[in-house]
Amino acid sequence: MSQPAHDHSHDHHDDAHGSMQGYVIGFVLSVILTAIPFWLVMEKVISSSAMTVFVVLSIAAVQIVVHMIFFLHMNSKSEGGWTMLALIFTVVLLVIMLAGSLWVMNHLNTNMMPMSAHDMSNMP
Amino acid sequence: MSDATAFVSTDAAGNPIFHDASGDHHPENGTLLGFWLYLMSDCLIFASLFAVYGVLGHSYAAGPTGADLFDLKLVAVNTSMLLLSSITYGFAMIAMQKRRVAPVQFWLAITGLFGMAFVGLELYEFHHLIHEGAGPQRSAFLSSFFALVGTHGLHVTFGIVWLVTLMAQVGKFGLTAENQRRLMCLSMFWHFLDVIWIGVFTFVYLMGVLP
Amino acid sequence: MSEPSDLAKLIFGRLTWEAIPFHEPILLWTFVVVALVGGVVVGAVTKYKLWGYLWREWFTSIDHKKIGIMYIVLGLVMLLRGFTDAIMMRLQQAMAFGDNVGYLPPEHYDQIFTAHGVIMIFFVAMPLVTGFMNYVVPLQIGARDVAFPFLNNFSFWMTTSGAVLVMMSLFMGEFAKTGWLAYPPLSGIAYSPGVGVDYYIWSLQIAGIGTLLSGINLIATIVKMRAPGMTMMKMPIFTWTSLCTNVLIVAAFPVLTAVLALLALDRYTGTNFFTNDLGGNAMMYVNLIWIWGHPEVYILILPVFGIFSEVVSTFSSKRLFGYASMVYATVVITILSYLVWLHHFFTMGSGASVNSFFGITTMIISIPTGAKIFNWLFTMYHGRIRFDVPMLWTVGFMITFVIGGMTGVLLAVPPADFVLHNSLFLIAHFHNVIIGGVVFGLMAGINYWFPKAFGFRLDPVWGKRSFWFWLIGFWVAFTPLYVLGLMGVTRRVSHFQDSSLQIWFQIAAFGAVLIAIGIVCMLIQFYVSIRDRHALRDESGDPWGGRTLEWSTSSPPPAYNFAFTPIVHDNDAWHDMKQRGYERPLQGFKPIHMPKNTAAGIVLAGLSSVCGFALIWHMWLLVGLSFAAVLVAAIVHTFNYKRDFHIPADEVVRTEETRTQQLAAVHV
Repeated sequence: MSQPAHDHSHDHHDDAHGSMQGYVIGFVLSVILTAIPFWLVMEKVISSSAMTVFVVLSIAAVQIVVHMIFFLHMNSKSEGGWTMLALIFTVVLLVIMLAGSLWVMNHLNTNMMPMSAHDMSNMP
Repeated sequence: MSDATAFVSTDAAGNPIFHDASGDHHPENGTLLGFWLYLMSDCLIFASLFAVYGVLGHSYAAGPTGADLFDLKLVAVNTSMLLLSSITYGFAMIAMQKRRVAPVQFWLAITGLFGMAFVGLELYEFHHLIHEGAGPQRSAFLSSFFALVGTHGLHVTFGIVWLVTLMAQVGKFGLTAENQRRLMCLSMFWHFLDVIWIGVFTFVYLMGVLP
Repeated sequence: MSEPSDLAKLIFGRLTWEAIPFHEPILLWTFVVVALVGGVVVGAVTKYKLWGYLWREWFTSIDHKKIGIMYIVLGLVMLLRGFTDAIMMRLQQAMAFGDNVGYLPPEHYDQIFTAHGVIMIFFVAMPLVTGFMNYVVPLQIGARDVAFPFLNNFSFWMTTSGAVLVMMSLFMGEFAKTGWLAYPPLSGIAYSPGVGVDYYIWSLQIAGIGTLLSGINLIATIVKMRAPGMTMMKMPIFTWTSLCTNVLIVAAFPVLTAVLALLALDRYTGTNFFTNDLGGNAMMYVNLIWIWGHPEVYILILPVFGIFSEVVSTFSSKRLFGYASMVYATVVITILSYLVWLHHFFTMGSGASVNSFFGITTMIISIPTGAKIFNWLFTMYHGRIRFDVPMLWTVGFMITFVIGGMTGVLLAVPPADFVLHNSLFLIAHFHNVIIGGVVFGLMAGINYWFPKAFGFRLDPVWGKRSFWFWLIGFWVAFTPLYVLGLMGVTRRVSHFQDSSLQIWFQIAAFGAVLIAIGIVCMLIQFYVSIRDRHALRDESGDPWGGRTLEWSTSSPPPAYNFAFTPIVHDNDAWHDMKQRGYERPLQGFKPIHMPKNTAAGIVLAGLSSVCGFALIWHMWLLVGLSFAAVLVAAIVHTFNYKRDFHIPADEVVRTEETRTQQLAAVHV
């Protein structure tokens, strides 16, 4: 994957490697953010399932951001902002795909013939 | 943006210059951006698999459910393997910054071992499930479970093959600019798989055992 | 027949002599003709000792221009195959009424309409579009090659491998009988136990890898390698549409890869994603494949919008009207194209809220498209229009495409779609936009950039004949389908009872014959142009009074494209340079750093197609061997670090000197 132009052996992306401090902070945070949801679920700390799901998903979202910043070194400046733009676009599509598929597939049978007496009794 | 402003576009008299006579202009290297774009596309493969799991994940076909099958302790150990491999890869990158080959190789090897432990545990889990009659053919839920987790595992396996290849290349050619770039690509790949795994353990395992 | 031994099964899988269709006269004759033509081509190449030349200068070339041309050749060759399928269908439907069953048995007819769709989309439109992007984009942005030249070569050969697998299905086994998107459960192992769907899956997977990599490659090229001064809002519009197209490719093709992989798992390992029992849900396949499928439509049309924009502005001798609105319209289409996929299955059974949401988004997406049409019209307004062949195609496009677009908006209304779903009205609609849009645009592009690629123009007389036959043929072929669709005739039917419909199918078949004449005219155009190339020669490199940087080079451009990297001041960079009295540099040439040719791409793609073939036929031994070979070859390739060389300065001087003499001859 070489390139027709001269290789910049001195590519100026030193900050892109991250620092020891950054990796350690990221690691500690991600250990905590992994441990909490496992603890919540394994010990059944919160009685309501829906609440647990909400908390677990929120923590996962935070942990993804932590990984993005400390391990993948995302910032709005690397590669002239193009990596960030690509990420935002991907996240938008991801949300469209997941939410859209779930919505569409849950609606699958709305206009279908009732299949049982029970369905029939619920018809408008 | 490319270096639009770095170039003198008019001469002393204010007339426009239409070509770079000095030959100084070199386009930037696109490898890291290109690899990032590949990761984004890979992310959408996983998004499709997550969507499939989201839609089919409760189609148990009167078979076992997640709560029946998942062993969260095993998943927790597995997750820690992957997390540890992330920080050790980070150490390899820091050693690379200091241009020290031996520590780079050492940390890469440790990362590879953690990766293998992860894949090994996952294979053990799969074997166990299939042995219990909960193979991918049992129900749509299990099909989508195996597809999602298996695809992640395949990626990790591929990452290990790549890691070994890179270790050979670093050993043979040293930390050249090209090899550094490759190490950075693998770094992105490895940490990206970590991010996917966060989604997997949350969405599949933790939410799967909740009543 | 006795059961084959275990060893034979391990080696040959399900491949037996019975898979070769000796008993089908149509296929047998096709094979004879293909073998004869192939033999003549191979013989000629051998006789004139061209193998070495082809291998060195083309097959292993990483020059984006040569790869672009190879893509276009692939697309045109496959167009002939895809069109043969089309005319066979038209013929069958024109005769198969009542007692006459036509000449194609249903299982053959089903393979033909599947192959027609798959080939036309994946192996005609995609390679042609990718070919143009490959050829033109680096030249337009003042770059010397793409960001990853080796990957470019590899992508091309992966696409070709997919095409080869589809072509093999003609003579070994069968192709899918499922329609071009292979919906389960029909495409599942229970209802399609043969190799047809497996050919479909693996050819698309292999070609898909190529498409995805070329998408990444071109984005990185456009983002990273623009000439100094070319900000985003100074990029030529074709480059803009290419950028958006490749974003769509990178974001959509993974979904296709995933969904086909799941279908393959269902077929090969007995999982239950899309099966009828054990919790599978076939509609999930339909949902996912259209999440890819709708952006795919825009992947085809956006670059063609770019071609039309270049052509309109060049042949109206005017700056493109509404450049910024054109860019915004393209970007809006890129994003909106991910929000409309459900309009392909309104009839699935979902409720009013889902259907109306997707109906409305579908209607909204026609707005930016309409804005583009107005921009082209305003560009022509008060312009000094030259009706050369590319411009004719463009005007033909504007009329045809608008009508196709309007029937599309009609179909976007869910209640109307309930009546017209899967009818011939739908078939007429999408051919109206794909032929009237994509094909016309590609023809415009071929006529427009041919002199750039080969140094002589295409013969305009045969070009105009080709255009008129295509345009009239299109309308004669597809208007009857609109009529039939409104009468409720459904697609993919090989035999009819109601003889009152026959006249419409006969008119449609006549239209297909007119299009066939149009294609023949195009082939004659190529022949005549090559024969008269000296008379049609263009030494200036700028035969149309072009406005973008590709026209500043010689025709064909040198391997390095630009001896000096251009510096850009204006949207129409070359027009600006001409206006302000730009003088070509005649000295001070330096050695130019270029990537080296490599055989790795063709080797890897060749091994991949062997692997695909083995998977199709369940030849597990070969699957293992070829997969291992792909892996080893890829790893070995990464150990090659010496991938570039310098073109020495004196060679650059010689090339540029030739150019100087050419230009002097023009200006005398």
